Amino acid sequence: MTALTIVSVFPELFGTYGDVGNVLVLERRLAWRGIPVEVVPVSVAQPFPTSGDLYVFGGSEDEAQERALVALRSSQLSQTVEAGAHLFGVCAGLQVLGRTFQGGDGEVHEGMGLLDATTTRLDRRVVGEVVAVFNEQIGLPRLTGFANHGGGTELGPGASPLAKTVAGRGNDGLPGGPEGAVQGRVVTTYLHGPVLARNPAFADWLLERVLGTPLEPLPPGPSEALHAERTALA
Amino acid sequence: MAVNRQLPRDSAYARACFALGRTAGRLSRVTGRGGGGTLPGHVVLRLRPMALRELTAGKTVVLVSGTNGKSTTTRLLAAAAAWLGPVVSNPDGANLLPGLVSALVAGPAGAPTVILEVDELFLPAALAATDAEVVLLLNLSRDQLDRVKEVGSHVTRWAAALRASPQVKVVANRDDPLVVAAVRGGRDDDASVVWVAAGSPWRSDASLCPRCGFAWDATAQPWSCEDCGLAAPAFRWALGAGNALLSATGQVTPLRLSLPGRASAANAVMAAAAAHLLGVPVDAALERFQPVRDVDGRYLRVQLDGREVQLLLAKNPAGWLEVLAELATTAGALLLGINARTADGTDPSWLWDVPFEQLRSRRVVVFGDRALDLSVRLQYAEVPHQVERDLVRALASLGDTEVQVAANYTAFVEARSMLRAATA
Repeated sequence: MTALTIVSVFPELFGTYGDVGNVLVLERRLAWRGIPVEVVPVSVAQPFPTSGDLYVFGGSEDEAQERALVALRSSQLSQTVEAGAHLFGVCAGLQVLGRTFQGGDGEVHEGMGLLDATTTRLDRRVVGEVVAVFNEQIGLPRLTGFANHGGGTELGPGASPLAKTVAGRGNDGLPGGPEGAVQGRVVTTYLHGPVLARNPAFADWLLERVLGTPLEPLPPGPSEALHAERTALA
Repeated sequence: MAVNRQLPRDSAYARACFALGRTAGRLSRVTGRGGGGTLPGHVVLRLRPMALRELTAGKTVVLVSGTNGKSTTTRLLAAAAAWLGPVVSNPDGANLLPGLVSALVAGPAGAPTVILEVDELFLPAALAATDAEVVLLLNLSRDQLDRVKEVGSHVTRWAAALRASPQVKVVANRDDPLVVAAVRGGRDDDASVVWVAAGSPWRSDASLCPRCGFAWDATAQPWSCEDCGLAAPAFRWALGAGNALLSATGQVTPLRLSLPGRASAANAVMAAAAAHLLGVPVDAALERFQPVRDVDGRYLRVQLDGREVQLLLAKNPAGWLEVLAELATTAGALLLGINARTADGTDPSWLWDVPFEQLRSRRVVVFGDRALDLSVRLQYAEVPHQVERDLVRALASLGDTEVQVAANYTAFVEARSMLRAATA
């Protein structure tokens, strides 16, 4: 069995909010099951790999996000996704994969266009705990995380919300608003925590999509206890 | 502004206002309604909004700011500055406007020297409100991002604040690219700047050049940006090998601190540089550092039920990096505490930026409101541990003779109260 390759995209830029933890969670949950896995961190100065099975993007500061975008534009990311790769993006990761996003200075940037989403600046930054119910096709236990973003994202018909907020505010900055977005093999959320550390079932769901096979359950541990504690807020 | 610039001691009304603040603090303590804390400042500021300016007028003021090490550096510098005469300081770490004013009304009235630690967001306002003689800029790194939003925003705020206060002499850590970018933005030359090589193990907030955004090697030593030329300046003072103060002329003086750890030594070197600028001879400064054994509970050592317990504060990834290095020199059990209250920052995601993997061979118990967040982090780091949310029970569960307690701010405060009460 060849190892599943997880590409940690520009961890030095997309690593502001502990989101590098998502890569560790994915890697450990495979390794604990004896499934071969390789993590490839790629810096913004390196050639962008095309051989990954899953590309993970985290949150960043505004300037870093724009710098990351420059590097992504010269990568083969779109072709890599077309060829079957999966993407998982958090916060800035969600914004850069969309059609356009507005930077901290108000300037509108062309995104990667892999997600039917446009992001503009919100009047009031979204900061705080979120609990959300996954959309029906996904149907996982409730989603928990911590939102911290100044951009508001609107989804077009090509993308579906990942979940609907029941506590805290959504993509659009509104209570009850949509949380995150899914479009084919692109899965995104605004939530930190890191989100996969707080939502072990969501982590396994992502891995099952990439592997194309169901995973054996792991014995319940602190992640399940944390998930229960944080989702009890709503 | 001119209306409020008269010296406070010239005004009977102002004196009465400051006395009222002191009384409020005493009453609060006596009636057990609070520690007294920042209440005097709040009371005084209601009556005298310009109290910070009034209370510091005519005094030699030093402001100490940065993400980590403010309290320790302030404590050491205040000890050294006592060589010059009485000093007013805020040793309790209350570093916003009410805390500064509280310290000033409580301090010895005629003290000519004022040493204040200042919150990094509040520094521009504090510089504007005082004719500070010296400002110490220690470091900048991610901390309470739910409140601060972006680390990089401090750089532009500090640069603008330095520009608006051209009289203030700057003592700055030349090893932190964010600090250097702020000083370069606020000063045209180095005439009023004393650069100190105090070290900066945490570099993850300088992945891009903080001045021009160029993607550089943030871990290079010495660091420089090949695009805009921002580089580590030559130092006047440095933290030398073996915990010594090193001067630019090659003179080596052992620090001989009672406080443990690299971070304490870095803070001592910053404090010594500032003390020297104030006219305190270096030897006298270092001598006065030595009796400082703990800083408002940081590094506090107590004997408790036959155990030696030491307390450490670590509020953010850069702080934990220093504390993990310090813990590596110890052998006992570890009690790690995490809360996510307002004063801590309400998002503990940063736990995943801390290399807790280093603790794999240690006996670890976690406590605090967010013990489960830390527990999950440790599980993925494959560090065996127990969860015991309550600190008293957590401590009781350990049979070890040596225990290190490391916690973030409000968890640290809780541990400090418990240890002080148990040993009073």
